[in-house]
Amino acid sequence: MNLHKLRNLIGNYLFVIPALVLFFTFSLYPFFKVFQLSVTDWDGISPTMHYVGFENFVDLFTDNPVFWLSMKNAGYVTFLALTAQNLLALLLALLCDREIKGGNVYRVIFYMPPVLSGIVVGLIWNWIYDGNYGLLNHFLEFIGLQEFTRAWLSDSKTALTAVSVIHMWKGFGWGFIIFLAGLQSIPRELYEAARVDGASSWVVFKNITAPLMIPVFMLVSILTILGTMQIFDIIISTTGGGPGYHTEVPITRILSTMIGSSKFGYASVMGVVFGLILLAISMIQIHVSRMMRQV
Amino acid sequence: MGPSIKNIISLFLILLLSGCGTGQKQDPNTVTVWHWMSDREETFEILAQRYQQETGITVKFELFAPSEAYAQRVKASAQTNTLPDIFGILGEKRDFASFIKSGYVADLTEEMNIEGSAWKNRFFEKALAVNEFTEGNPHGVQPGMYGVPLDVTTIQMVYNKKLYTQAGLDPDAPPKTWEQFIAHCQKLKDAGIPRFVSGFGEIWMIDALASNLAMNLMGEDKVFKTYKGEVPYTDPDWVRVLSLFKQMADEKILVEGGVTMVNKTAEQTFANERAAYAFNGSWCVNVFKGMNPNLQYAAMLPPAVNVSHPVKIWGGAGSSFMVNKQSERRAGAVQFLKWMTDNAQQVTLAKETENLPSTKSSLDDILPILKEFADDMDNATHPNLYPVHESPQVTEAFDKGIQSILIGEKTPQALAEEVQKLKEKESRKKSS
Repeated sequence: MNLHKLRNLIGNYLFVIPALVLFFTFSLYPFFKVFQLSVTDWDGISPTMHYVGFENFVDLFTDNPVFWLSMKNAGYVTFLALTAQNLLALLLALLCDREIKGGNVYRVIFYMPPVLSGIVVGLIWNWIYDGNYGLLNHFLEFIGLQEFTRAWLSDSKTALTAVSVIHMWKGFGWGFIIFLAGLQSIPRELYEAARVDGASSWVVFKNITAPLMIPVFMLVSILTILGTMQIFDIIISTTGGGPGYHTEVPITRILSTMIGSSKFGYASVMGVVFGLILLAISMIQIHVSRMMRQV
Repeated sequence: MGPSIKNIISLFLILLLSGCGTGQKQDPNTVTVWHWMSDREETFEILAQRYQQETGITVKFELFAPSEAYAQRVKASAQTNTLPDIFGILGEKRDFASFIKSGYVADLTEEMNIEGSAWKNRFFEKALAVNEFTEGNPHGVQPGMYGVPLDVTTIQMVYNKKLYTQAGLDPDAPPKTWEQFIAHCQKLKDAGIPRFVSGFGEIWMIDALASNLAMNLMGEDKVFKTYKGEVPYTDPDWVRVLSLFKQMADEKILVEGGVTMVNKTAEQTFANERAAYAFNGSWCVNVFKGMNPNLQYAAMLPPAVNVSHPVKIWGGAGSSFMVNKQSERRAGAVQFLKWMTDNAQQVTLAKETENLPSTKSSLDDILPILKEFADDMDNATHPNLYPVHESPQVTEAFDKGIQSILIGEKTPQALAEEVQKLKEKESRKKSS
């Protein structure tokens, strides 16, 4: 390698170094630090940490039913988001993919909820769900369904679903945008050819749209799972995890362990386990996606 | 190419190394204060200007809000030794103790005690107590005074006088006993007035009311014995405490949806006259003034369940400031805090922010409603002052369980058994 090539190589690497430094400092280092903290009983303040081995992990797996309940709650919200939210997003994307009047206006409207702060959305929906003066109860009374009125966020039977609805309302917009982008990348000639052959809308969707959209479906579902399992701000601004433990989710548990109990080490274990579960789900999805593409 | 690479390397190294400094300039005439009190920001600035005019020393108040973000910032700064000259510590006493044991907080005992304890004597005893660690404290902290109270808080009840009149009740005679409270609630219900609201979505508020009722019902000693593990939660007195919440649920005393309501919404509900009672802190005076300046209300103690024991309320713990032990401007920081807790500054703070001052001499100049809160300071206690503490896991299960009682999901007996089981498990873990 001559001097000129070497200089070029060094120059190229120098441009990469700032990004690498940032990545190591703000992504990789905290990631390994969490692993390190998880085997300590650190309280978040003291300069010294005591090594406790895998004690925190054992406790989490064998003696922390509330954390696993919070996982189940997050799973329920995720299931609803994966089905109802994404179905709505896909339906709206299919409608907007057609040449309809004011299509851009709809796109803007549908994309507005995701850009709002979760706390703000939570506070707005608090008002909608309010047991005494809420818009939803008022509407139910108006249409003669007063027997269904209730304090939606305080009732153990409805609290988690009510929170899920808020999350879905806030989240369907970005699914919509990704689906729409996916739909618009499908060559129009395929649809035209199918129409010429007399294919119905359902046949077109089943044989053209759906197969070509599989990578998009996978992307949206991975993002939905990762985003929904980490639901937090809406819970904090609506129920605080209550009533009882009915709307507790992993992040609220991690936060209360970290701040409420000053157990940073234990909270790190929760973070590590939660992160690994999410990683495993994502890997499975990617694997399934590859298999489906081969089919 | 050669010169350009050299330039790039130089620029990169400059940028890299410039980030290694602490960025703190040690100006001896500037004292830096970190706080989270967004409602007091303006008044702090006024006082800082006044201090500069009087002494020539600049005080820089730096606000970090909300309080959760502030608490994390202080913890993170402690790790990197970049705490300011004066700061507050949010959290429980064990967090405070950890800061002290780690060498971040200066011991102010000597300063408090000089000149015949002139500085110390300014304060309400209970305001100082939260900043004090006594001999044999459970945290293992060297006994001493480690903070300066800026204001105090009591958490008790308020009632709406106008709604009382509407219900045909005497607006100057709030209920003193639990039976009276239930009777008054019935009258309010008959008049179609919603009764009671509190931010029970924030479980520490449930904990505050439950411990008030428990201490009144069985006395402080028995409560502490429970925390020590000498009295079980299945004791009839504890079941009775939980039954009071069951009664609140049965009589529908709590407003619809109150179980998961955040305190800000609860305050709005009371300010909008959609509840006759609220369980809240003395800070509500300032909050209600902003929400409804014409609100006619008064403070009251939670109703007594047992006349044999005093009604205890949480109080004393307001906002406190600590001096950074490692600060080079420690003496200046102490001088500023002495000045801040002088009568003139305390009156300014109380008048502008409508919080209870921490010094006794300032009481003559505060609002009548604030005086009502201050009058109950004698009844105040606080978990940070308890000689023994319940584990956070048990406390959470107890408070969350009360939420379940309030929605009719659990019975008092079932919750008492559940909490006791957890308590025993936690004790076993601790001893092993």
